[in-house]
Amino acid sequence: MDVVVTVMGQDRVGIVAAVAQTLADHNVNIVDMTQTILHGSFTMMMGATLPADADFATVKQAVQATGEQLGMTIQMQRHEIFDAMHEL
Amino acid sequence: MDSKQISETIAMIREENLDIRTITMGISLLDCIRGDFDTTAQAVYDKIVAKAQHLVPVADQIEEEYGLPIVNKRVAVTPVALLAGGDTSYDFVKIAQAMDRAAKDLDIDLIGGYSALVQNGMTPADEALIDSIPAALQQTERVCSSVNIGSTKSGMNMDAVKLMGEIVQQVATPKPQDAMKLVVFCNAVEDNPFMAGAFWGVSEGDVAINTGVSGPGVVQRAIAAIPDAPFEQLCETVKQTAFKVSRMGQFVGKVAAERLHVPFNIVDLSLAPTPAQGDSVAEILETMGLSHVVVTAPRRPSPC
Repeated sequence: MDVVVTVMGQDRVGIVAAVAQTLADHNVNIVDMTQTILHGSFTMMMGATLPADADFATVKQAVQATGEQLGMTIQMQRHEIFDAMHEL
Repeated sequence: MDSKQISETIAMIREENLDIRTITMGISLLDCIRGDFDTTAQAVYDKIVAKAQHLVPVADQIEEEYGLPIVNKRVAVTPVALLAGGDTSYDFVKIAQAMDRAAKDLDIDLIGGYSALVQNGMTPADEALIDSIPAALQQTERVCSSVNIGSTKSGMNMDAVKLMGEIVQQVATPKPQDAMKLVVFCNAVEDNPFMAGAFWGVSEGDVAINTGVSGPGVVQRAIAAIPDAPFEQLCETVKQTAFKVSRMGQFVGKVAAERLHVPFNIVDLSLAPTPAQGDSVAEILETMGLSHVVVTAPRRPSPC
C-alpha cells in the first residue's frame, strides 16, 4: 500500500531521522521525500510503501506518536486520494 | 510524488473545510411491504440493519485511511407513503419508529424517506402519511421527512401546499427544531444524499451509495487568490475547483461502495453553508466583488 506521510510544524534538528526510524521500525520503505514551507510551516512529505502484512492504523498511530514527541503534526494518508483529485 | 498537488489537497482539508458532508446509503423498502404495519415495520428495520450495518465502520475506516473528514453517515429509503400495502389503518408512525431504531442501533446520523410524492395528486396513503408527520417527528430523533408538492412538469398541487402549510405549523409549534427535519419540495430528486430531503426513489436500484461533498471554503480561497482576474478566468477557476471537490466525493463514494459490496450511484456537490467560519457561499460572493451579503434569517446549524 502506497501512502503519503506529511510532517508539519516548527523546523528542528532530527525530524527526518525520527520519522524515518519509526517507518523503518515498521518495515515501511520510503520511496520519495521532499520538503517545503507551506503557509509558513515547515512541511515534509514522504512517499512510502507499507509491506503487504502491515496494519495501516498501527503504523499511523506510531508516526503520529513520533509527531507528538517532536511537537509536529504528522498525517499518514493513502496515496490514491491525491491522484483522485488531480488526475483523470 | 507531486508535492504541489499533495500540498493543495492537504490545505483544502486542513484550512478550507473540504469534507465529505455525507455518505448516504439508499435502500429500497418496496420488498418490505407486508399485510399490516406491524410486520412491515419489522421488515423495514430488518432490511435497513442488514444493508447498512457496515456503513458507519466503513466510513470511519475510509476517514482514517485517507485523512478526509466524513461528517455524516446516513440512510435514505423508499418514500414511506408507498409502504401501506393493503393495511388501511395507515399507522405510518410505526415505520418511523422502526427507522429511528435502526438508525440508532447502527449509529447512523439521520435517516430520510418519511416522504410522500404528491405533485400530481394524493392517495389516501399519501394524505395519511402527511397527517402523521408531526407525530412521527415528535416521536423519533433521527427520522427526516419530505413532501414533494410540485414539479416543472406537473405544476403545483395546491391542495398539498395548503396541507403542508398546516403541517409545518404543527411540527414547529411544540418544538421548532423539529422543523429542521422536514422539507417541502418542488422537483425533488430521487437520489439526493442531503438531509432532510433525502429519499430513495422508486426508479433507483435496491441499494446504492451516494456522496455529498462540501466546498464553499475551497472555492472562496481559490478565487481570493486571483483578485483581478478577468471573468473567464474566474469562471474557469470556479469550474476547476468544483471539479476537484467533486472528484473527492466520487473517489470516496467508489471506495465505500466497493467495501460495502453495493453499486456507487451519484456525487452531489453542495454549496450550502454551515455556520463554520470560511464555509459560506456568502463569502464567495463577497470575494467576487459584492460589497456585502445580508443573511436575513438567523443562521442556525444546517442539517445539509
